[in-house]
Formats: sequence, structure tokens, C-alpha cells
Amino acid sequence: MEEIRKKTLETINVRKDRSGTRIVVGMATCGIAAGARPVLLAIMDEVKKHSLSDVVVAQTGCIGMCRLEPIVEVYRPGEEKVTYVKVNPSKAIRIVNEHVMKGKIVEGYTIGAESK
Amino acid sequence: MEISIIENTKADRLTICIEDNGKGMDKEFVEKVKDPFVTTRTSRRVGLGIPLMMAACRRCEGDLVIESEKNAGTRLTAEFKHSHIDRAPIGNMAETMISLILAGSEANRAVDFIYRHIIDERDLCLDTREIRTALGNDISLGEPEVLIWIKDYINEGLKNIRGGVKDENNSGIGRNQKENPGNNQCQKR
Repeated sequence: MEEIRKKTLETINVRKDRSGTRIVVGMATCGIAAGARPVLLAIMDEVKKHSLSDVVVAQTGCIGMCRLEPIVEVYRPGEEKVTYVKVNPSKAIRIVNEHVMKGKIVEGYTIGAESK
Repeated sequence: MEISIIENTKADRLTICIEDNGKGMDKEFVEKVKDPFVTTRTSRRVGLGIPLMMAACRRCEGDLVIESEKNAGTRLTAEFKHSHIDRAPIGNMAETMISLILAGSEANRAVDFIYRHIIDERDLCLDTREIRTALGNDISLGEPEVLIWIKDYINEGLKNIRGGVKDENNSGIGRNQKENPGNNQCQKR
């Protein structure tokens, strides 16, 4: 715990300088039933693995598109929100690697691609 | 919020107890809360959580009891026959707990959780107040680093109290369980 405290304190100090990315996972009954928990875990694992200091992971309730769950929203500072649908752990890892880390939206997984 | 899961394989009972020190319910509301058409939410007129949980208990030779006191708190106790064919698996407690803790970590609605899991003589205990104290004020319980530590702690603890197996479905509980007494306390961090 002490170790985590120190490490996390360092990353938080870095975070204070920049406004970070927010990753929000839909965790209502519909999201959880569709497998949002493993997705949330995969995202957290990936954030931890790359020691991403400016990323916050949060959860939200049902946004009314239950059939598209698990839904993950990525808010990058200064950019428009991107909504990813029918996410699974491996898609989640790609989203973190490409969109969150490199700023490259994974078009194929977005809600826009789904409705086409 | 205190969540206790007690697996007593000798008596063949599974008890899940969820207790809070929240705002509580008055007597009349406790009486009707098991009715699926009673709910406090405003989005729709049905609330199925409690009725479904009660149905799950009753089909497993158990029952659901809710006790509550206005402005003091609520306790929900769900009992099942542990080996009943219809008894649903407990599921992934580590994932369940970290999503609860993440939801409870937001500063404007902070909730602490005590999770206790007892299997016969062995038990696992996680208290987010202790973790909060260890982390200090500037680190949120919602940090991925912290949550993953909690996840590993629960998985490791459950493996220990299940006698070295990871999965409840392979634990052999109720079949040929090995005794391993003497690990009764909350593990120290």
C-alpha cells in the first residue's frame, strides 16, 4: 500500500499539470450483463501497464442504448467525445493504445461505424 | 456498506448479508418493498431487484429478510441452500467489488465498503477505510493502480479461503473439502 501510495502520488503530481483524458464505462445492469466489468478491468489494466498518469477511469449508468452495450466513452481534452459500442476487453485494449495514448480514434468500433 | 458472504458447508447454507448505515426505511415501506410495483425511483414504476433476489432465495430453500430503521440503516439478509441445484454461482467477487468501490470513490458521494467472505473456518476481509487511511487523503480509491491491487487482493484471498483453488465451481466445497483452520483473522496488509 505504501508503495502504491508513493507511485500514485507521483503520477497525480504529473496529472495536475495537464488536463487528462476521461474514460467512462457504462455500468448499469444492461452494461454489466453485456460484459462491461471485464472491459472496465481491461481498461484499468492497460492504464496501469503503461503508467498513464493523465487518465481517469469512471463509470456511468444506462444511457439508453442497451443493445449497444458495453459502451465506452472517451473524452480527450479539447476534442469531441467519442462513443465506442459493443466493446470487449480486446477492443478496449486497442482503444486505450490507439485513441487514449496516441490520439487516433478507432473508427471501426465507434457508434458511427455501428449504425452504418 | 458492509457485504458479508458466509458459506457454511457443514450446515449447507449460503448467507449473503448487506448492511448500511444510510437513511433507512420506515416500517410501512419495509413491509411493501418486496412488492415489484413499489420503488423509490422516478424513471419507472417497477423495481425488480428485491423481488428477484427473494425469488432466487426461495427457490433454493432459503429466504430474504429486510430489516430497517429510519435514519439508522438497513440490513438485507439472503439465505440459500448452498448445494441447491438452482443456486446461482456467487460469481466474480473481485470484479463486483472493484466496480462498487470505483462507484463509491467519487468525492461527492463517497461510500466505504467492508467485504467479508467466510467459508467455514476461513475468512477474507477487505475494508476500504483501512485502504483510505493507508493511501492518505490525496489518492482516490478509484485510481487504477489501487483498484487492481484490490482485485488481486480479493482473488488471492478467495483462493486461500477456497483451499487453493481459484474458481468457486472447482473448489470441491461440499464434496471433499480439506480443512485448513487457523486463518481466522482479517489479513493484514
